[in-house]
Amino acid sequence: MPKITINGKEIEFEKGMTVLQACELADVEIPRFCYHEKLSIAGNCRMCLVELEKSPKPIASCAMPAAEGMNIKTNTTLVEKARKGVMEFLLANHPLDCPVCDQGGECDLQDQSLYYGVDKSRFVENKRDVKEKYMGPLIKTQMTRCIHCTRCVRFATEVAGVPEIGAIGRGENMEITTYLEKSMESELSANVIDLCPVGALTSKPYAFEARPWELKKTESVDVMDAVGSNIRVDTYNWEVKRILPRLNNEINEEWISDKTRYSCDGLLKQRLDVPYIKKNNKLQKSTWDEAINLLVDKIHSVQPNEIAGHIGDMINMENALSFKKFFKTLKSKNLEFREKNFYINQDEKMNYIFNSSIAGIEDTDLILLVGTNPRHEASILNARIRKTFVQKKIPIFSIGNPGDLTYEYEIIGDSTEDIKKIVNKEHDFSKKLLLAKKPIIIIGESALELKSGEYIFEEFKRFLIKNNLINENWNGLNILVQNASTVGLLDLKILQDKKEKSSSFFDDLKNRKFKLLYLLGSDNLEFQKNDEFIVYQGSHGDRGAEIADLILPSATYTEQNGLYENLEGRIQECKKASYPIGEALEDWKIFNQIIKKLGSKDYKVNFDELRKEVLETAPNFSGINELPKKSAIKTNNIETSFFNEKISVRELDYYYTNSISRSSKTMSECRQIRQKIKKDGTNNI
Amino acid sequence: MSVKKVHDNQPKEFKFSDENLKKAEEILKRYPEKNKKSAVMPLLYLAQRQNGNWIPLAAMKFIANYLAMPYISVYEVATFYTMYNLAPVGKHFIQVCTTTPCLLRGADKIVKLCKENISQNENEISKKGNCSWMEVECLGACVSAPMVQINDDYYEDLDEKSTKEILISLINDKPLKPGSYRGRKNTSPEKILISNGGKHA
Repeated sequence: MPKITINGKEIEFEKGMTVLQACELADVEIPRFCYHEKLSIAGNCRMCLVELEKSPKPIASCAMPAAEGMNIKTNTTLVEKARKGVMEFLLANHPLDCPVCDQGGECDLQDQSLYYGVDKSRFVENKRDVKEKYMGPLIKTQMTRCIHCTRCVRFATEVAGVPEIGAIGRGENMEITTYLEKSMESELSANVIDLCPVGALTSKPYAFEARPWELKKTESVDVMDAVGSNIRVDTYNWEVKRILPRLNNEINEEWISDKTRYSCDGLLKQRLDVPYIKKNNKLQKSTWDEAINLLVDKIHSVQPNEIAGHIGDMINMENALSFKKFFKTLKSKNLEFREKNFYINQDEKMNYIFNSSIAGIEDTDLILLVGTNPRHEASILNARIRKTFVQKKIPIFSIGNPGDLTYEYEIIGDSTEDIKKIVNKEHDFSKKLLLAKKPIIIIGESALELKSGEYIFEEFKRFLIKNNLINENWNGLNILVQNASTVGLLDLKILQDKKEKSSSFFDDLKNRKFKLLYLLGSDNLEFQKNDEFIVYQGSHGDRGAEIADLILPSATYTEQNGLYENLEGRIQECKKASYPIGEALEDWKIFNQIIKKLGSKDYKVNFDELRKEVLETAPNFSGINELPKKSAIKTNNIETSFFNEKISVRELDYYYTNSISRSSKTMSECRQIRQKIKKDGTNNI
Repeated sequence: MSVKKVHDNQPKEFKFSDENLKKAEEILKRYPEKNKKSAVMPLLYLAQRQNGNWIPLAAMKFIANYLAMPYISVYEVATFYTMYNLAPVGKHFIQVCTTTPCLLRGADKIVKLCKENISQNENEISKKGNCSWMEVECLGACVSAPMVQINDDYYEDLDEKSTKEILISLINDKPLKPGSYRGRKNTSPEKILISNGGKHA
C-alpha cells in the first residue's frame, strides 16, 4: 500500500483516497463544511486547507487525491492562517444570530469558529441579506445563514434523485433554492437538514422546540417501514421532540425517510390514555378493572374458535409472543398479522426475507422488481438501489408499473403471463437474467397478494436454484414486506401452517365466523364490521379504535423496549425513550393481567423471559444487529397453480401508512401537498 | 446587482419556431449525445432571440425537456449569466458599459442621460417609444470608450450630445447608425485614417 506522511507520521493508505481521508486515518481532524463522505466532492468551502511540501499554496485536502510520498502538514502556522482567512470570509456575510438560531449547539460553523474564528470583524460593508425560501412543510429556511457548501444540492441530485434544489445567481448573490420555491418532492427531503452545516436549513416542525443539550438521547430503531432504520430518539421530559438518523452503513447509511423523522409529533396526538368501553354506541372512559372484567366475561361467553386476533404493523416481537401465549391459554388458533392475504412460505427463513441484504444491493448487476414500489414501501432501500444504479449503471427492470422511482428502469410486463414466460425461458428477459452473475429479484406484497402469489414466488425460486443463481455465495430472491413487524412475527410462527388449516382467517372474517376480534395495534385490517365484539389494544385513536367496543391503551414503540426484525431478518433492539401516557401499559403487561383474571395459575411471564424465548425461537439467529445465518439451499417441490392475472403495484398513501403517521400533523401537511401536486401538477405556484 | 428575478407576467407556452428548431438540431450536433446538455447555453440564447430578447420560464422548461435535464439546472444557468434577460426588455435595448475605461471617459453621463430620457430605473420600459436600458460590465470596446450596445450594435466614442441624439432617435423608432461618433473607422487613430499611421515596418 502507498504511504503518506502526515505531520511527520508515516501511514499507509488505500489507493484512491483523498488527502483528507488519509488524514483521518492518521487521527488528524480536518475542519470541513462542504465535504461529506456520502456525497460527491465539491471543494468549494476551502476550510480543509492543509500544507503540502513543495506546493507553493495550501491545498484543499478534500479534493486532492493522496499520492505516494506526499508530506502533509496540518499543524503549521501557514495552515492555521489559511483556515482563519477562510473562516473570516465565511463569517463576513454570516449573521451573528446564534442565540436565535435553531442550529445553535450543533452547528459546524459555530464549533469551528471556536478554533479558527477571529474575535473581531474587519468587514465594515453591508452584510448580505437573502430572502427566505419556501422548501415545503419540513424544511425551514433562513438563507442569509447559508455558506454555499452545496451539500443540499448534491444530496438532492445524487442521493434523493430529485434534482430540485440548485444554486441560482452568481458570486456574492448566489442563492440556494428549490426550483421556483416548490416543496421538495422526495421521501428523503428532510435529510438536507442534517446535512446543512449551518442554520440555513432547519427543521420546521421542531423550530424553537428545544436546544440539543436539553434533550435525552436514546438510540433506537424505526418501525415506520420494514427497513429498520437506525434512529436516535431525542426526548424532553415525556415528549419525543425529534428523531434523527444514526449511522449504519449496513442499513440506512446516514439517511432516514421523512416519515421516520417526522411522524414523531403523532406520538403526542390522538393518544389513548385510559381504557374505553362502548356504552349506548358511545365510547366512554373506564378503568382497567372494569375493562378487563368485561373482556373476561366476553371471552367466557364465546367458543375458543370464535375468538380471533390480529396483530398490527408496529408490534414488537416480545409483545407478539405474549399475545400468542395469551391466545394459547384461550385455546384459539385464529391468529393473523397480514393486512391482506399474501402468499408466504414459512418453511424456511430464506423464503420471507430480503436475502441479498440491503448493503448487498451494491454488489448486484441486475435488478428485477416484481409488483413493488420500493420508493414508497422502503424509501431507504430505494436510495440504495439508486446509489447502485448511479455508480454502476446496472439495468433495472420491473413487472408492473410502480411510477417514478428516481432512477431509470424498463417495464418488461404487467401480468403473471410474463413471469411464466420468464421462468420458461421464453421471454427476452430470461437471457439477461441467466447472463447476470448476481441478479436481484424483489417481490413486493402487491404481487404476493395475487392468486398466483404462490406461483410467482415458488417458480422464481425454482428457476434461480436450477440455474445456480441462488448459491452459497449469493441469494438474490428478495421479499419486500411493508410492515416493521412482519418478519419478526413470521419467525415467531404466529401463522399456522397451511396444512393444518382448512379456511383462512380472511375467509372466516368475511363469513362472520368470529364473535370476538382482538386487534393488537392493528389499524390497517380492512373488513366490514358486523356484530363482532371488537377489542382494540393500541396507542392511538385511529381506525381500529373507531370500530372498537373495548379499548385498552398501550404503549408506542418509543415507550417500551422491544425487538424488531427488519426485512433482512436482522433483529434489532428498539429502546425505551419515554413513558407510556396516562394509564397505558406495555402490551405484555396487559396480557398478564387478563390471564390472571381468567384464572390461569401457571401463567406469569416477565419481559426478560419473553426476550429470551424470542431469541431462542427465531430461526437462523446469529446475534442482535446481525444478519441471520444462512442455511443450506433446498430445492422446493411445491406444486403451484398458474392464474393469468395483471400485476399492478398497489398505491401506498405514503404519509398515511400507520396509526402514528395518521395522527401526525406534519405528515398530514406533506400528504396534502403531495395530493395537490398529483391533482394539478404543481404546488403553490 | 442581485439575483435576477423572473418576470411576474409569464407566457404559458413556448416552442421553438420551425426555423429555430432546425438551428437547435444543428447546435445539438456539436456535442456528443451523452453530453447534450452542454447545448443549454446556445439554446437559451436562441430562445432569447426568438422571444423578443428575453427568456420566459416556459422556454427554460422547453429547453430542459428538449435536453432531458432538470428544470433547476437550466434555471441555474439562466440566472448565472448576466446576458440572459429574464424579464421583457425594450425593442431598443441599450446596454451601457460602466466598467473603468468607459467610466473614466464619462459613462456616468450616459447613464444620467438614459435616466432622463428613457426611464428612471434600469430595466424599465420607457413611457415613450419602446426602449429600456441597463448598466453592464465591460463589453470589450475600451478603445472607443465610452460606448453603449444597442441590440446587436456598438455605438462608440460617445459624448453627451451624440448620446442624446441616439436616444431620441431610438424613442422615435428611427435609430441612427452604429459605429464611432467621432468619425473613426473601426479602431483606427482619429486623424490618420490608416491604421499604424501608414508606417508599416
